Order: sequence, then C-alpha cells, then structure tokens
Amino acid sequence: MVTGMRDGEGMAPAGAAGAPETFTGHRGLLHEEPLICEYPGAFGKTGVDLPDVEIDEAPLAGFLREEPIGLPGLTEPEAVRHYTRLSQLNYGIDTGFFPLGSCTMKHNPRLNEKLARLPGLADIHPLQPESTVQGALELMAELADWLKRLTGMPAVTLVPKAGAHGELAGIMAIRAALEARGDARRVILVPESAHGTNPATAAFCGYDVRAIPAGADGRVDPAALEAALGPEIAGIMITNPNTCGLFERDMQQISELVHAAGGFVYCDGANFNAIVGKVRPGDLGVDAMHINLHKTFSTPHGGGGPGSGPVVFSEALAPFAPLPRLECDGGRWRLVEWPGGEEDRSFGRLCAFHGQMGMFVRALAFMMSLGRDGLKRMAEDAVLAANYIRARLQDAITTPFPGPSMHEVLFDDRFLKGTGVTTLDFAKALIDEGFHPMTIYFPLVVHGAMLVEPTETESKASLDEFIMAMRSLADAARKGEVERFTEAPRLAPRRRLDETRAARSPRLTWNMAGEGKAAA
Amino acid sequence: MRYLPLTDDDRKQMCAAIGVESVDELFRDVPAALLNPALDGVPEGEGELEIDRRFRAFARRNLPAFEHPFFIGAGAYRHHIPASVDHLIQRGEFLTAYTPYQPEIAQGTLTYLFEFQSQVAALFGMEVANASMYDGATATAEAVLMAMRLKRNRRKAVLSGHLHPHYRAVIETMSRFRGETLVTSAPHAADPEADLQAVIAAIDEETACVVLQYPDVFGHVSDLTAVAARAHEKGALVVTVTTEPVALGLLRPPGSFGADIAVGEGQALGVGLNFGGPHLGLFTTRKEFVRQMPGRLVGETVDADGRRGFVLTLAAREQHIRREKATSNICTNSGLAALAFTIHMTLLGEKGLRRLARLNHARAAAVRAALAPLAGVEVLNRRFFNEITLRLPVPAAPVVEQLAQEGILAGVPGSRLWPEREDCRNLLLVAATETVRDEDIAALAGALGRALEAG
Repeated sequence: MVTGMRDGEGMAPAGAAGAPETFTGHRGLLHEEPLICEYPGAFGKTGVDLPDVEIDEAPLAGFLREEPIGLPGLTEPEAVRHYTRLSQLNYGIDTGFFPLGSCTMKHNPRLNEKLARLPGLADIHPLQPESTVQGALELMAELADWLKRLTGMPAVTLVPKAGAHGELAGIMAIRAALEARGDARRVILVPESAHGTNPATAAFCGYDVRAIPAGADGRVDPAALEAALGPEIAGIMITNPNTCGLFERDMQQISELVHAAGGFVYCDGANFNAIVGKVRPGDLGVDAMHINLHKTFSTPHGGGGPGSGPVVFSEALAPFAPLPRLECDGGRWRLVEWPGGEEDRSFGRLCAFHGQMGMFVRALAFMMSLGRDGLKRMAEDAVLAANYIRARLQDAITTPFPGPSMHEVLFDDRFLKGTGVTTLDFAKALIDEGFHPMTIYFPLVVHGAMLVEPTETESKASLDEFIMAMRSLADAARKGEVERFTEAPRLAPRRRLDETRAARSPRLTWNMAGEGKAAA
Repeated sequence: MRYLPLTDDDRKQMCAAIGVESVDELFRDVPAALLNPALDGVPEGEGELEIDRRFRAFARRNLPAFEHPFFIGAGAYRHHIPASVDHLIQRGEFLTAYTPYQPEIAQGTLTYLFEFQSQVAALFGMEVANASMYDGATATAEAVLMAMRLKRNRRKAVLSGHLHPHYRAVIETMSRFRGETLVTSAPHAADPEADLQAVIAAIDEETACVVLQYPDVFGHVSDLTAVAARAHEKGALVVTVTTEPVALGLLRPPGSFGADIAVGEGQALGVGLNFGGPHLGLFTTRKEFVRQMPGRLVGETVDADGRRGFVLTLAAREQHIRREKATSNICTNSGLAALAFTIHMTLLGEKGLRRLARLNHARAAAVRAALAPLAGVEVLNRRFFNEITLRLPVPAAPVVEQLAQEGILAGVPGSRLWPEREDCRNLLLVAATETVRDEDIAALAGALGRALEAG
C-alpha cells in the first residue's frame, strides 16, 4: 500500500526570504516536484508501447506473479519533465565551481560521452566470442599501456569498478604474494590522514590496522615509520600526494624502509591528478596503486558512480593480479577468465565481467585528447590553481601546514575561533554564494578541516570569484554576521536537512512508514 | 588545449601572486632527479576529429548486438532502452554531480535514489533496498558477508551449483582471506531439483546462509520453498540472486519464498550491455537487517522550513565514519546506472513491466520451439523465463564460433563458464529478449541445424 503525499508534508511554504509565498508552492523556475508514486493515476500508467502477448501459463503455474508489484508509471512527457525537474535541484560541474577536495571534480568532456555510446563499444556483450570483440580488447590494451607508461609501472589490471575496489585488488595481491612465500604477516600501517576506505580495505582482507601519526608538517615521518616496522608488518597504505594536499617528500625512503622490512607499499592514487606526467609512482618504489578514472581521467562522477579503479602493479605483485587478464597471442587479443592451472597465482575474480568498459572508453579518449604535454600541463594547472587560492587567502583563512601544496589546499577553522561559526556553517554559506562547498571535516588530522581542490578546469576569473567569496565570508564571520552562516543555505532548493531525524526512524522507501527504530 | 582554460598570461600572473618563478617550483618536494620524466612512447594530444576517428576504428572491429541475431545472456541481457532514458541521464546536473554529501544542492540525486530504492524493493518483494552496488556479483559477495555478520558465530555458506560461476568466483575471492567455508555443489544442468536437494543436504548448524539463483544460470525457474524452510529451520539465512530483473515482472518475487537478502544485477533495465560494465548491483533485505546492510542508503526527512527532503542516512555503517569497523569497504554506488534503471522502470510502470516480461517469455518459448526439433539437440528446461540451456551432441564452443563467423551470436558455450567440467562442454545457454525477431530465430535454427549436420 503506497502512502502518497501526506497532508502538510512536502508542500510547506516555499518563500525565499522576503518574497511572498506562491500559490502553487513552486518558486519560479524551481518546482516542488512530487515523487512518481504521488502522480495522480501513476499506478496503471505506462510510457512504453508494448504488445500484450499471450503466453502458455500452464508450465509456470504456481510461479506467476499474481499480486500487484506496486510500481508506478508515467507517460514519456511526464517522465521527462519529472527527471528534468529533479536534475534542476542538483549542483554539478556543469553548473559551477566544485572544489571538493580529494574528489577531483574536473570537466567531463562530452566527446567522451559520445564515443562511449558508439554501438560498437556500448552494444557488445562481455561473453561474445573473442573474435567478435577484438576492437574492444585492443582498446583495453591501449588504456593499459597508457596507464603503465604514465605511472612507470610494469603491470596493470583494469578490472576494479571503483577506487575502493582497486584498494581491495591491491591489498589482496599483497596478501597473496605474502602467502605465496609462506609469510603470515598480519598488520597494515595506515597514516592518520588516510581516506576511510584504506583501513576498511585492510580490515576487509583480514589485516589489523595500525595508525601512523602524521608528522608536524602533515607528512609521514620516516623515523616514526621505521619505529613501527617489524616482521609482522605486511605493508603500508599511503596516499601520495596525501590528503592534506602535500607531496610525501620522503616517499622513496619510506618505500625502501618498508621493502627492507619485508613489506609492500600500497599507494592510494586518489590524488594522481597532481602528478601525472610530473613524477611516476613507479620511480617512488610503489608496489600497487589504484587510479580513479573518474577523477584523474575525467569520467563523470554521476552523482556517486559508476567509477573505475584500475590498479598498476610492480613486478613483485604482477603475477597475483585479479582475473580476467588480457593476453596477446600472435596479434589476437584474448581474455584469461579462469586460472590457467596450478601455477597460476592470480588471487581470483573481483566482479562479474571485465571491468568498467564504458569508463575505459571515456578515460582513453581524454588521455588521447591531452597527450603527453597536455597531461603534464593538466597536473601543473591543477597545482598552480590550488597554490594561487592558498596565496590569495593566506592572510584571511588559516592553513595548518606551510605551502606549497600540490593540487589541493587544506584550511582549518582557527580563523573562525570565537565567531560562533563552524566549518559546516561556513560551507553552507558558500552554497548561497553559488559554489559547491569544499570537502569538510576531512582529513581528520586537522580541526574543522576545509579541503579545496580547484582542478585544472577553472579559469582564472572563476578562481578569482571564489577567492573573493571566501574572503568576504571570512570577513563577515569576523564581523559577527552569524546568521548569514547558521541560517545558510537560504537560496538552495532546500534549507538544512534534519539528518538526525532521518536516521532515528528511517523511511527508506515510499512504502515504509518510518516509525520505530530498525533493529541493530 | 581545449580542456584547459588558463592562458600563459594567467599562469604568469598566478605564479607572481604565489611568488614563484615557474610552476616547477611548486613541485619542490619531488626529488629533482624524478621530476618531469621523459614519458617515452606517450603520444601528443589530438583534436576531436582525430579522436573520433580512432574510436570509430576500435568500434568497427566489434560485432554490435543490434545488427545481428543475438541470443547471449548468462548474466547480461540486451533489451530495448527507451530513447528518453539515455537523454535524461546525460543532463549535466545528474552526470557531473558528486556523491550527495551536500543534500541541500543534491536533492535531484537523492530523490531519484529514494525512488530507485522503492522500485527495487517492490520488484524483489522485499522491504528495503540500498542505493545500488557495483554489479550483481559484488552485491552477492556482499550479501554473503552480511549474512556472516548477522550470524556472528557461523562461518559457512552453501552455494547452489546453479549460481553463475563468475558470481561463485567473486564470493570465493571476497572470502578467501577471511576464513569462511564455502560449500558448492556441482551443477546438474538438466535437473535443478537435484541441485536444491544437494543444497538442503549441505545445510547444518554452522551454515550462515545459502545462496540460490532465481531464475538460475541455466534458466530454470525452481521452487525455493523447501530449501528456504530448511535453511530457516537450521537458523541460516536465505540469499537469492536474480541476474535478469525483467523476470520479476512475470514470476513471483524472491521475497515470496522467504528470502532474507535478495540481490541481483540491474543492467537489463536502462543500463545496456557495455561489454560488462558499468552494470548495476541491486541489494534488498528485510527492515530488521538494515543496519547490517552494506552500501549507501537514502532516507526521507525534512529541512529547516519543514519541507520534505532526502539525505544519505545510517552512514554509521560506512567506511568514511567507521573506518576499519565498517560493514564494507565500498564507498560508492552506481548512481548514474541506478538513474537509468529508475527512469526505465518509471516509463514501464507495472503495466509495461508485466507486458515486457510476457514478451520476453514468449520470445524464449519461440526459440525453444524452433530449436528443440533439431537433430541431436536436447532442451534442458521445463520452466524458464527468457533463457534456456541446450545440450548439443558436440562441444558448443566451436559451434558458437562458427555461427559468429556467419554473423549470428548464438549464446554462451558451457566451456566458457565451466572450463574444468567435461559435462558442461556441450551445453549452450541461449537467451531471448523482446529484441529477438522471428527472422533472427529462423536464422539461428537454420545455422545451428546446418552446423550440427556438418559436424
């Protein structure tokens, strides 16, 4: 039984500050859009024309779906308008500046979208005979080649479906490599500044996670690392450039120490955008690193996936890479989908098929568009933009670590001390100024962190506007304009949302009453 | 370069504002010997026209499904996708948004994910669904891990031999380093009941869950009542896997058999084949288990003005909060693929989905009728949805290859999914969706008949 729009919910007064309430509840171009189940007559409508064919139901007796499913439908004009209106409630890179640290929100070229939709690349089945998909396999091999050259690493798997999936591939390869030499090490070292996925991945693979405190300069201190190393350490998961936006300048030494202690070095490549063409992870002693194609190589984030997280491997880890593997026999590409006998040391399969082909197409088109000099220029512009923001704001907004930074700049909340404004308030006020907020409260090593990553996508004018907004807001906070912050956002499709209420009595579908606490 | 807005003049001015002579000074933490490597073999960039040509050349060397008689399924299904689906998912506000961490300016994403969760839960006959996962196989592995969390002292999972072998392999990989025991029975391609009996026999007090595919990898539609009852009697959970969600427009849902966790692959609706990815993992369960569910969840709430809105909720399960104590290391979903699924489902509605499902079954029945009479061909299915398994008198792989040379994509040979099993070599998995025409079926039957006669 579907509960539709309930009285008094979803259609409350919709006046922006100072404007008279409208009669419809809409606000000009911003519509109050109901859910599809709330459209009058939706249960019974369809937006496709399909014949109603007869089937022989006898063999399926007892298996037919007799009860109503509970699926609303809309005709095509209604559906197009519904989803178009929903889209207008979203902020995207196409809308404006999206300085979300650690996420590399760069422009998503439409050429990539067009190419990914070519029938010969999109309308092919993963289990077609290999003779009928040679072009697709060659495209994958080409992407693999670019990734190997750009990282200076000898091997790569394209299989992982996202960054965190890539981390799994890397840590599983490390674990398999250790097992192959009969070594049962149980601990992975993770710096405090790491993404939450790092410890989650290590724990998932059965490792104990031991944190390494960050040094005073926001980097891993080789001495602290050396003290933590021992025969039980399987390896380290390190992000470089790290989540404070800083290059781990002792990376070579860190790798040497870990290797000397018998461990492996996993690098979280989330921030690869800062160093493409400038320095190769392979030259830094890395054994495995995932690359987020949806960050560095421009494939769309899509409101949270699908991404793609290929992993490059050192010689030591290459044999343990997941299946399927791509091989070339006399000019013919083929996929190795199952272990090739006892001597095959792959740790196994990570997903149903061969990885995110749609993303491979987009990422390769981006790489080929920029080429060697363009990719290098991309990294330089990203680093330049972050440092420009840092330099222009350093007298107004506090930074925990001295510069220069790489592709992102980390601020803390010391400049808000005594103003009654929190980092969260400050971020929400940016929404009213027309920006997507930066990443906040991450990394955890800094109080009230604000992590700004402009990417290479922004023009100088765009950066200047953001800098002006940040300075003006910092100024307003110091002047005591607290409500500008605590009431923000006022000019967004919604004001601040009650997250506590959402978690206390979860309503997760339109059929759910949202009462009582879900069992633990 | 067309994607880089900064001019040389901008760069100069910005360097001056920072107080450096050149951008390379900003890379001072990189060891000088390693900065600016040669990058041998990396070509220079190219314009749109040249890139377009290159990719058309890649595409030309593949045989796209829509131009040929096409019968491949086995976990990925070719359906017609209404034109408005792909148009809408390319709206920049959807395409270029991030994870909805700022809900006030992400209501578009959050609202459609709420609709998605509602549609998926209804389709599977379950109470709650998450906001999607990577694909059906990873969703299945996560379901097994969730069952292990719910049955804390049990470390065993019993997998049906009729589970897609790739899914089995992913579960094996995901549990490989975690000390869980997996028991998998051998496939009985012609006898799904024998498989269910083997599963029932393997359930004991150590069993955390059983994993059953519905319809199964050979296309059989089986009654899961007895195996579910046995599992529950022994205190184990029932996980079902559905790789063809359109089936649930015709067949009773997993929830009706007492599934505790019902997962699947959503690629068939809205997403497309994409050579295996991106696809769309579907994950549903009972309300009481929601706090052990992996992945993202959207819930309803109100804003400061009392207006309804949606947020990511129950995030305490997730890695960015819990770090090493998270329910899963997964940090994303398949947002845009979920949007495609949701729009396709919205266009279909219940009426359209039921018609689509009947149409699929009718096409598969026509395929069965055309192939069963061929000399030496045995059809193994009594009850099926849109996929059947044939046993040929000869190994299937060379036959499939030969038909591909004639431009007919006949299905998946058993040796591709069970390379180690002699008894699967002659099997051919054949799927038929609404996209299959009478002349496609005639072409398949004719070519297969000729190939077998010649063989």
